[in-house]
Amino acid sequence: MIEPIQLILILFVLFALSRAYLRYEEGKIRTGEFVFWVVIWVSAIIAIIWPRTVGYLSQTFGIGRPADLILYVALILLFYLIFRAYVALDSIEEEITKIVREVAIKKGKKK
Amino acid sequence: MVRSNSDNPWSYDNIMKPFIIIPAYNEEKTLGIVIDGLRKYNYENIVVVNDCSTDNTEKIALQKGAIVLNHIINRGQGATLATGTEYALRQGADIIVHFDADGQMQAEDIVALTEPLIKKEADITLGSRFLTKKSNIPTSIRIVLLLGRIFLRTLYGVKLTDPQSGFRALSRKAAQRIEIKQDRAEHASEILIEMFKKKLVCKEVPVTIKYTDYSQQRTQHGKFHFWSGIKIATRVILKRLFRAVRQR
Repeated sequence: MIEPIQLILILFVLFALSRAYLRYEEGKIRTGEFVFWVVIWVSAIIAIIWPRTVGYLSQTFGIGRPADLILYVALILLFYLIFRAYVALDSIEEEITKIVREVAIKKGKKK
Repeated sequence: MVRSNSDNPWSYDNIMKPFIIIPAYNEEKTLGIVIDGLRKYNYENIVVVNDCSTDNTEKIALQKGAIVLNHIINRGQGATLATGTEYALRQGADIIVHFDADGQMQAEDIVALTEPLIKKEADITLGSRFLTKKSNIPTSIRIVLLLGRIFLRTLYGVKLTDPQSGFRALSRKAAQRIEIKQDRAEHASEILIEMFKKKLVCKEVPVTIKYTDYSQQRTQHGKFHFWSGIKIATRVILKRLFRAVRQR
């Protein structure tokens, strides 16, 4: 028997998966990134449909409550993604500087 | 304008073509005097890189006969210096001097600063405030500079009396090989790290830096404030980390 909350979560995860697939099709994310997201969302589906699997996992890791395991994993993932975003932002900054530099040099003025 | 090298190959001016790069962000108060000071010593290629100033910086620079490069977006001092350096390289500069617009640096010191480059004794020269007693450095700045020195020495093995000096001259070779990627005030540390990595020969030259009330007001918000020192150090480390991640 599937509870309504499980249905909603599954629908959301499927939606997220489809987005990841579309990005991959467009070539906006690399194969590695796509695989990363597939692994994340597929494990989310497994956890939603069979919540007991999380229980087994948390026990093997020595974490008392299954929900804690999810929280830890989510937190680590978030930190990692923020770091990645920082890196991306940094390279965008560098690219902006390059453009500004070219414009400045090409339009050099002298009276 | 610069005469061509074929006119008189033995003339000292013609052998070396120095470019003076002045990064400027809202420097209308001092820029004019600084350019006049440089003109007195017959420097022909004065490049003002205007980092999106909101005052009359551009107008004054043009009036005084400098070449003006305008950043359409403010990118910070490091980026501004790199723009000027890149321009000078494309114009065939042999020597590139980094000079400040706030009137702290003295045009007369450029001769001594560029001499080791002309004689091919060094690839890069740094003006040092500590090789001479003439600079009136406030204590607060001294402390921050000391910390910066310790930071660079322990992390990167940079051994210099004044590593944070912004007054420097680069040979064409050095300018081509040193990449300034840090947009903000971290360029001083970055240039040194690059310099040591690429094994360029560096020489320190004593210079006089005058700390006026005006320059103090400006730098208190900028380069030498204690917290900006910490911020700079953090960014130097983070940038290394980011680059390592991206190159993977």
